[in-house]
Amino acid sequence: MSSNDSTGKTLLVASLLCIVCSIVVSTAAVALKGEQVKNKLLDKNKNILAAAGMLEEGKSVQEIFKQRLEVKLVNLDTGEYLTEENATEDWQKAALKNPVAYDQRKAAKTSGQNEILDGAIDTASIKRQAKYATVYLAKNKSGEVETIILPVHGYGLWSTLYGFLALKTDANTIVGLGFYEHGETPGLGGEVDNPKWKSLWPGKEVFDDEGNVDIRLIKGSVDSSTANAEHKVDGLAGATLTSNGVTNLLQFWLGKNGFGPYLEKVKEQGV
Amino acid sequence: MASETKKVLFGPVLDNNPIALQILGICSALAVTSNLNTTVTMCIALTTVTAFSNFFISCIRKQIPSSIRIIVQMAIIASLVIVVDQFLKAYAYSISKQLSVFVGLIITNCIVMGRAEAFAMKNPPIPSFLDGIGNGLGYSAVLLSLGVVRELFGAGKLFGIEILPTVNDGGWYVPNGLLLLPPSAFFLIGLLIWALRSAKPEQVEKAEFQMAPQSKALAH
Repeated sequence: MSSNDSTGKTLLVASLLCIVCSIVVSTAAVALKGEQVKNKLLDKNKNILAAAGMLEEGKSVQEIFKQRLEVKLVNLDTGEYLTEENATEDWQKAALKNPVAYDQRKAAKTSGQNEILDGAIDTASIKRQAKYATVYLAKNKSGEVETIILPVHGYGLWSTLYGFLALKTDANTIVGLGFYEHGETPGLGGEVDNPKWKSLWPGKEVFDDEGNVDIRLIKGSVDSSTANAEHKVDGLAGATLTSNGVTNLLQFWLGKNGFGPYLEKVKEQGV
Repeated sequence: MASETKKVLFGPVLDNNPIALQILGICSALAVTSNLNTTVTMCIALTTVTAFSNFFISCIRKQIPSSIRIIVQMAIIASLVIVVDQFLKAYAYSISKQLSVFVGLIITNCIVMGRAEAFAMKNPPIPSFLDGIGNGLGYSAVLLSLGVVRELFGAGKLFGIEILPTVNDGGWYVPNGLLLLPPSAFFLIGLLIWALRSAKPEQVEKAEFQMAPQSKALAH
């Protein structure tokens, strides 16, 4: 046994072990990569459809997605779609060819494709924002666009919440809201996933009469007889900071630094 | 031999439970037991990792230089955990999302390291493998009982299926929110250890010191 402790043996065992372990780990990572990427995309697409209430029993997510959704990129500053005429840079052209593959979260971290947000306007605490955002246009059976689905994200209590907000084509009435990734406390802030809470959203209205974003979560439940009840949603009990986070992220993304210019255009010219 | 195998395999469930007697692996027991789906996945993942790490470490136990044995054990355990994590991401995506960091944290789970050092370094591969499974079962037994209590009384559900209709969903049951938070698992583990040690008094540790009897203050 003492020979095991010689320097040579120690180095030999250590290097052999490292080689074997790294081969095992990299084989697993490479072999399973395809399946993992597929899962991630499927999960995201499922959440997009869920926000718009388009999930159907017995139909695969990919099938509905292909048939009824159109993916477009929007310039958040101007509110215009990315088209062949205004795509100048290589990444824009690539994104135009395959908008499904455009990764807004990656773009938010890539210089040239992002904007650093100033503390004062960064109400959703996201620090960096992609210049172009993905929007999903959902068509009804006869091919007309009936829902606009916008990706939104912002900081809650512990984590950044990522989700989708679905609006009607009047760019004002909410169809649904759902988060697909967050790390809020289960049972408290984590109740953003509660179907009952989510069912409060459809029919709420984003903008007030002057065109300002007025949607917000309030403490307690909304009394439907109060003024402006259509802009208010019940807060999450025991999760004030998560509720504030949801209010902030919605107001940010629907406001002038988010999808504001785009929604303005939709209101004037239609989708 | 048969009784020996049985002892190695089922001993850790009640007689020598890694959580209740050895007080190992508490961290993940708090973190993943708020619902049963994650609990079951975690149990399977930990049992797999403990069994295979025990097996591989035992296979090369005679070659491991004692000066770097802990590092060798860690490298093997860490590789296995990464493989398990990759598998979960590929085939059980939604559960791996909920388990998030805790699968990675199996690496630091004291049960895995503890069994590698205490058993696998001294025993042949097959008994070591069984010891890993046995301790995985012991861990699972505690986690599952915690998971059942926490999910049933904290959310009114088991495996996400409604058992007690909660007030939030229009039923009658007011769920106990505390049970969904990690500290509740501490109370439950405490109660469990109490129950186990009352049933099996031989598990009670000897007091390390005696409290001095209350005495009157010395005359001033």
